[in-house]
Amino acid sequence: MSYLLTTITFLPMLGVLILLFMNREQGKSMKMVTFVVTLVTFLISLLLLRDFDLATANVQFVEKYSWIPDYGINYFMGIDGLTLLLVLLTTFFTPICVMACWEDIQKMVREFMICLLFLETGMIGVFVSLDVFLFYVFWEVMLIPMYLLIGIWGNPARRIYAAVKFFIFTMFGSVLMLVAILYLYFEYHAATGVYSFNIFDLYTTVLPPSTQLWLFLGFSIAFAIKVPMFPFHTWLPDAHTEAPTVGSVLLAAVLLKMGTYGFLRFSLPLFPNAAIDYGVWIFLTLALIGIIYGAWVCIVQKDLKRLIAFSSVSHLGFVMLGIFAFNATAMEGAILQMINHGLSTGALFLIVGMIYERRHTRMISEFGGLSKVMPAFATIFLIVTLSSIGLPGLNGFVGEFLILVGTFEKYKIFAILGASGVIFAAVYMLWMFQRVMYGEVTNPKNMVLKDLSPREWAVLLPVILFIFWIGVYPTPFLRTTEASVHNLLRQIDKKYTLVVNAEKQGGYYLSKIEKMPPETENR
Amino acid sequence: MHEYVWLIPLFPVLGVLINGLLGHILPKKVIGPIACIAVGLSAILSTMIFFEVKALPPESRILNDVVSYTWMAAGNFSVDIGFLVDPLSLVMLLVVCWVSLLIHIYSIGYMHGDPGYARYFTELNLFVFFMLILVSSNNFLMMFVGWEGVGLCSYLLIGFWYEKKSATDAGNKAFIVNRIGDFGFLLGIFGIFFFTGTLNFQEVFAKAPSTFAYGGLEITLITLALFLGATGKSAQVPLYTWLPDAMEGPTPVSALIHAATMVTAGVYMVARMNVLFMMAPISLMIVGIIGAITAIYAATIGMTQFDIKRVLAYSTVSQLGYMFLACGVGAFSIGIFHLMTHAFFKALLFMGAGSVMHALAGELDMRKMGDLRKHMPHTYRTFLIGTLAIAGIPPLAGFFSKDEILYKAFSAESTVWETGGVILWAIGLTAALITAFYMFRAVFMTFYGKSRVDHHVAEHLHESPPVMTTPLWILAILSIIGGWVGIPWIESLNLFPQWLEPVMKGKAVVSQLTGGIPAHAVHHSLSFELMMALVSVIVAAIGIFIAYKLYIKNPELPERLTYGRFFPVYHLVLDKYRIDELYDRLFVKPTLWLSDKLLWKVVDDKIIDGTVNGVADLAKGWGNWTQRLQTGYVQNYALMIVIGVVLIFSFVIFLN
Repeated sequence: MSYLLTTITFLPMLGVLILLFMNREQGKSMKMVTFVVTLVTFLISLLLLRDFDLATANVQFVEKYSWIPDYGINYFMGIDGLTLLLVLLTTFFTPICVMACWEDIQKMVREFMICLLFLETGMIGVFVSLDVFLFYVFWEVMLIPMYLLIGIWGNPARRIYAAVKFFIFTMFGSVLMLVAILYLYFEYHAATGVYSFNIFDLYTTVLPPSTQLWLFLGFSIAFAIKVPMFPFHTWLPDAHTEAPTVGSVLLAAVLLKMGTYGFLRFSLPLFPNAAIDYGVWIFLTLALIGIIYGAWVCIVQKDLKRLIAFSSVSHLGFVMLGIFAFNATAMEGAILQMINHGLSTGALFLIVGMIYERRHTRMISEFGGLSKVMPAFATIFLIVTLSSIGLPGLNGFVGEFLILVGTFEKYKIFAILGASGVIFAAVYMLWMFQRVMYGEVTNPKNMVLKDLSPREWAVLLPVILFIFWIGVYPTPFLRTTEASVHNLLRQIDKKYTLVVNAEKQGGYYLSKIEKMPPETENR
Repeated sequence: MHEYVWLIPLFPVLGVLINGLLGHILPKKVIGPIACIAVGLSAILSTMIFFEVKALPPESRILNDVVSYTWMAAGNFSVDIGFLVDPLSLVMLLVVCWVSLLIHIYSIGYMHGDPGYARYFTELNLFVFFMLILVSSNNFLMMFVGWEGVGLCSYLLIGFWYEKKSATDAGNKAFIVNRIGDFGFLLGIFGIFFFTGTLNFQEVFAKAPSTFAYGGLEITLITLALFLGATGKSAQVPLYTWLPDAMEGPTPVSALIHAATMVTAGVYMVARMNVLFMMAPISLMIVGIIGAITAIYAATIGMTQFDIKRVLAYSTVSQLGYMFLACGVGAFSIGIFHLMTHAFFKALLFMGAGSVMHALAGELDMRKMGDLRKHMPHTYRTFLIGTLAIAGIPPLAGFFSKDEILYKAFSAESTVWETGGVILWAIGLTAALITAFYMFRAVFMTFYGKSRVDHHVAEHLHESPPVMTTPLWILAILSIIGGWVGIPWIESLNLFPQWLEPVMKGKAVVSQLTGGIPAHAVHHSLSFELMMALVSVIVAAIGIFIAYKLYIKNPELPERLTYGRFFPVYHLVLDKYRIDELYDRLFVKPTLWLSDKLLWKVVDDKIIDGTVNGVADLAKGWGNWTQRLQTGYVQNYALMIVIGVVLIFSFVIFLN
């Protein structure tokens, strides 16, 4: 048994410990400590990549200790193809965020950095937990640092409103999910006489379709809020707009992915009948509305951050389309698109943060002609914009294309309507870019803006590198997801048929437990 | 040699990297030549591969899967990066490389003194890269990469002078309108993959006859979706509106991207997929009709414009229409033939116009030109050659290709629409008349008559430097002799269609599926063919004569004609039939209104957030109300207790 996942998850806490013993005046060194800790975390997380076995769908790097045995609660961690890239995305973006806020954050540096480190632990924890109880703990823990980031370091005018809105929306979903988790937990106990929060144990619970539907909704609403899907998305523009740059970046790059991840890990395999019989139509429709609605609302935004926030609604719509297409191509595309959205939208927020630092405004009308004064910045911004539009050769295209081509297999009309999103993406992004970057410099304040500093180059270049890499040669990334996606689809299919057959025989279930192959748990 | 085909698109990338990363330190003297050398190497290599393939027997000239490795694979989907070397891709490679090279050289002179010199050449090289990917790819998806990539470069180069709002507006318009087309292309790709399980051209074409029913709904929808892509890129009705605006870019860009190469990609696409289109006669008919409509429609607008580049732009739209007309009647090789000759003379005409602009300090309005032939002999002569070529005067290049299109239309072998060919022919012939007229109108207004040039500008009138006139002359020569590779009346000289024969399998596939060539196939005698050619020439001559009457003999007449009876019609055409305004009202304004007033401010703010806030207010209101119970007076609490006790007792008694 390796300790790799525990190390990666809790290394940031070591940083917190160091920060607590530092002097209030040492702002710069605190940033340095945080940077080093997060960078080391990233480097260690690369070991996952080295030792990851592409051939198997089993969870890997498993750690399992008894935590509260009376209630069947374990400290159970592991990753598979669904989560490998997401963990890496998290560890990749955190040091970048520390660099990005170097100049921006000058007061309460310690508290800020502690929030950031807590957030990282929480985010990684969500992705690596395979015990539902542990998952829920991380899921909730992670809310607090983000709440503080928005509420304390956010934009003074509306930060409290945004923070509370963010918290309450997410909390509302979480409570529903908690009820569903407990119901499932007691069902499992009723069937086996054993208490367990182990996700692989819970997978084996076979429930009649009507029960599945309620539980499916309990989980899925929580995840849909997080994604966010139309019509649960209205917390996002506010949270994004009011959060400090780093908050927006992590929110977009990682936090939203917890919703989509939740569907893959919980909603679909736990309740396949509800997902296939009802979920498909609900969520494909909502995804489609999200794609088009998000894009249209983007067109008329006047605030850069709000525009990018709405674009997330549109992009995540594609991811949801890919998940609910129940097709390997689309699902692999969806996982890749989660990463792509993280890179592109994360980079967009970094970029907006950079001009915000210079001008202290996010209104599009305040800018114009920046290409003239900031040529290097213009080039980078253009690349990221094109990546977000889904230009072939850059990352966004690969994900979107795979999702659509996979969705087309079964749900043609959804794929066709979804593909129209590529038109609107070009409309709002290019129009925004034109108004900010092109034209003559009319505002004298824009005349003196400095081009990218070396620090800013360091922040953006790694992201740009991946934008190109995934666009030109996505195979290595896709390969990591392949085995797990196939396994997931097989598992869903198997359980679905089991319930359908049982229903045919008058709803008589031989046993409420279907023994899933044990190999999915341990190696 | 052909196994190095991947180097052809890669050479320009070197130019992109060098000029893109080091452009701000390199001296100007180096930047231009680096870009030219990069394209030159591609040109040389493609020529070498051409001769290698030419030496092979015709049936083995299709070399598929040259270099291929998996690009992306997910689920049952997989696509390679791979190249296809065959007669069609070689024609495209040669045209793209050599014409690009000439335009690159010309640009050294034309862009001299522009502050964005390095950026210009970087983007131009990047364009060549994507264009070469587009024409040499062996599968749909890689072609799509090139397809969107050239669109990106078009966007960047149209908006090259980004401080001008009209330029960036035009860039956005080009990208977005093209995206509408690309949406169709994507749907076509989805359909192809769904039915055939592959995206490799050769595999798809091989499977198509057994997968699709001849004339079936599936293949018809797929080809129509693909054709939507072509109408976007090649500026056909109804998606042509971006091309005239694209003239905001530097003139060599108009010559390269918006005349010679990128805009012809749609024609290439249809020709490349001739097997699919031949299997869908209805789609083919629509291709032909759209082509004919565009040809005449754009030509009429061309008659009224005063901006010399806009005249050429509408002329390009119109000529592209001819190419689609050719494809629509099944004469794909002739469409490609016209693509090639058009690349020569239209690049020439644009660069000639650029040379005029260069001399006149950027003036584009032909009403402020006149009598330039004395000051700019090289530009004048080459421009005249280009004009004769496009007007269809033998023995220049345009004559052979255009005449052959008209002839093929006349004798079309359509199964759907028997007399349709003749109608297409009549439209094409009328458009030819108009073409000859407006092109000579441009020549006369620019180079003949009295000088209407501004005094300040007139003092500086000069011929362009040799670096610009040399490419003009080379293209002029090509515009003369370029058509001689496809002389239709003599079998041994009709080389061009024979060269493309191995690629054009559509006809064979169809006759296999339908059991022989359609019964009413028309075959005319040689004398009839020659007579048809004579008709075309006469029609062109009439057009030239009218232009002569109106612009040399009676220069005040056109002005008068536009008033009086023709006034409303004239202004409608002058305003380009106000299609831009129509699209604005129909699509742009409603979308903006819907997004802003309804979706954002009502659905988001009022309905969703209103509900959420409503729930919050409800909770708050309830809390406010209940808190009043906590008055702090002991008497009140005591009263409550008494009421409670009474209620409970009465409840218990009532129950019993």
